[in-house]
Amino acid sequence: MTKPRIGFFDFTGCEGCQLTVLNLEAEFLELLELVEIVEFRELMSEGGGELDIAFVEGSISRPDQIERLAAIRARSLTLVALGACADTAGVNALAALRTADDLRAEVYGSDSPHLATLPPQPLAAHVRVDHRVPGCPIDGREFLAVLQALLMGRPPELPSFSLCVECKLAELPCTFEAGVVCLGPVTRAGCDALCLRGGDRCRGCRGLIDNPRSGPYHRILEENGLTADDILREFRTFNVPGKGGA
Amino acid sequence: MRVEVRHLTRVEGHANLVVDVASGELRECRLEIVEAPRFFESLLKGRHYSDVAPIVARVCGVCSNSHTLVSLAATEAAFGVEVSAQTRRLRQLLAYGEILQSHILHLYFLAIPDYLGVTSILPLAKSRRELVTRALRLKKLANDICLAVGGRPVHPVTPCVGGFSALPAAAALQELRRQLVAALPDLEETVDLFATLPIPAFERETEYLSLSPDGGYPLFGSELLSSDGARIPVRDYRLAIEEYLTPHSTAKFARLGRESYMVGPLARVKNAFGQLSPMARQVAAALQLEPGTINPYRNLVARLVEVIHCVEQAIHLVDETLLPGLRREVPVVTARAGVGVAAIEAPRGTLFHAYHYDADGCIESADCVIPTAQNLGNIEADLRALVPQLLDLPRPELTLRLESLVRAYDPCISCSTHLLTVDFA
Ligand code: SF4
Ligand code: SF4
Repeated sequence: MTKPRIGFFDFTGCEGCQLTVLNLEAEFLELLELVEIVEFRELMSEGGGELDIAFVEGSISRPDQIERLAAIRARSLTLVALGACADTAGVNALAALRTADDLRAEVYGSDSPHLATLPPQPLAAHVRVDHRVPGCPIDGREFLAVLQALLMGRPPELPSFSLCVECKLAELPCTFEAGVVCLGPVTRAGCDALCLRGGDRCRGCRGLIDNPRSGPYHRILEENGLTADDILREFRTFNVPGKGGA
Repeated sequence: MRVEVRHLTRVEGHANLVVDVASGELRECRLEIVEAPRFFESLLKGRHYSDVAPIVARVCGVCSNSHTLVSLAATEAAFGVEVSAQTRRLRQLLAYGEILQSHILHLYFLAIPDYLGVTSILPLAKSRRELVTRALRLKKLANDICLAVGGRPVHPVTPCVGGFSALPAAAALQELRRQLVAALPDLEETVDLFATLPIPAFERETEYLSLSPDGGYPLFGSELLSSDGARIPVRDYRLAIEEYLTPHSTAKFARLGRESYMVGPLARVKNAFGQLSPMARQVAAALQLEPGTINPYRNLVARLVEVIHCVEQAIHLVDETLLPGLRREVPVVTARAGVGVAAIEAPRGTLFHAYHYDADGCIESADCVIPTAQNLGNIEADLRALVPQLLDLPRPELTLRLESLVRAYDPCISCSTHLLTVDFA
């Protein structure tokens, strides 16, 4: 039996999601038994050809990246957005609050046309994305679960409930009690409330749940006097508005 | 003859290497940084101090802990916050965890394939299984340090302005200590392996910069030391380091006293040789790494010597943290308007963050100077000196030599591109 050919690609991002894949030390060798990694620029010097699965990290923020992404799409059966940058624009989304020319002039001075950028966008703004692994960075276990489902020919599923559920199960005190805004009520679960366990708040890196107003948790936001606008403003840290984003 | 390597592999980020030689003369030699700029400094504008470190961590997945720690230090400097001895030790431990993580990744995953004639570590999973499992074990140890102290190996969550929002369990630290000691045989084998690698002979002396070694091997600190003798207060880094744009790169280049300078493992080892741990010094001797070493390929060896140093120091840090007993501390922070500058020795070299805060504790302007940007000019200068010596080599071999020179610096390109506000301060 030939092994499925998989590749890893990156656009504008920090490569933390690919690193999280490399950090699956115990499972990494098993993975190599199951699939053939044919492209992984951070790790190897070769590549090319048809792919069964392309895992793509990073946002699209330059015109030449659109072409490269389209070429990857054209030679891949399945394309998976790997991490927040690819899925919702990630922290790059902060750039959407300013104009690209402003940003460039501020950092490099005005005479720098070779540094032209587009407002950062998730992959789905440009190509069909079949599946996604949310998070900044991704969760290694979830990556394995998504890959496993794909290898078995099943569509991978992400949790549809809010992060608050995981936080409550862990019996953590609600962050709002300390007067700190938390995006847990409207953020997709799956990280096991990692930041809350670390004494921090949720900044929504896994993106919005499917129906943020249909569960009971959005009331926590209302009870704390937050309007939908307030929440969206907070959400902009990791989520660009529009296609693929929140 | 023109050598062009598009999208250099086994480096972090995107770069092209272009070398053009006509009738024995070097016409062009460029390291083009083509990574898309992300403008982090501008993105920070207006952000509340509690969000700053989590945002800048995302500059680089490989150095997210260094960015976090230096960011916290800069914010604390701006607000006049002093952290406890326990916090300082845990931050050191976290920083060493990251240096280990990054160095192991570089040594085994990015560099070794060049020397063993393979294109990546993957085929070695069959032919040299013990090597790959050892690499994975060591990497896991490094990740476990970052996980225990920082809450997550990439983009830590527990370090915060003033201290930590959650502490590692004492049992987790004890377990780390056990693992650190158990790693010694793996380290010995790693040293044996690297002792056999044919590291190319090439020498070029340059200026070497690191934090000053006065308080021990450089990691945090308020003073810089140049191998040319200059001592520069960190808060004056802008006066000493000149950054400039070049048309072929989205990253800025930097210079100090000379045309270019080097930061990173070799620079640190040279400036602070006497401060290396006893075991690290022994390994340095065994691998013929000395304060006088000026071969940039030997950055690789310096990295390995630092791995040994980090493991030994980490054991001490765990002991020093556990001995007085872990104390729960609640960080006390009062924001105020002000400027804060800090530097840390990140895996690839000295990393600077500087922030202007307004009275509400929100960022007015920010500046980050990252190690790879400081090294770029020096890498090009090395290439210019090296290419004429290699012209007789067959082209694939020449290309490999140049690529592995660039890789010896372990350039971290996705981070080298988010650069500065020109007229800061
Ligand atoms: S999602 Fe986060 S970890 Fe992944 S590439 Fe983007 S910034 Fe890095
Ligand atoms: S708690 Fe929120 S910000 Fe943290 S990892 Fe989970 S979804 Fe992301």
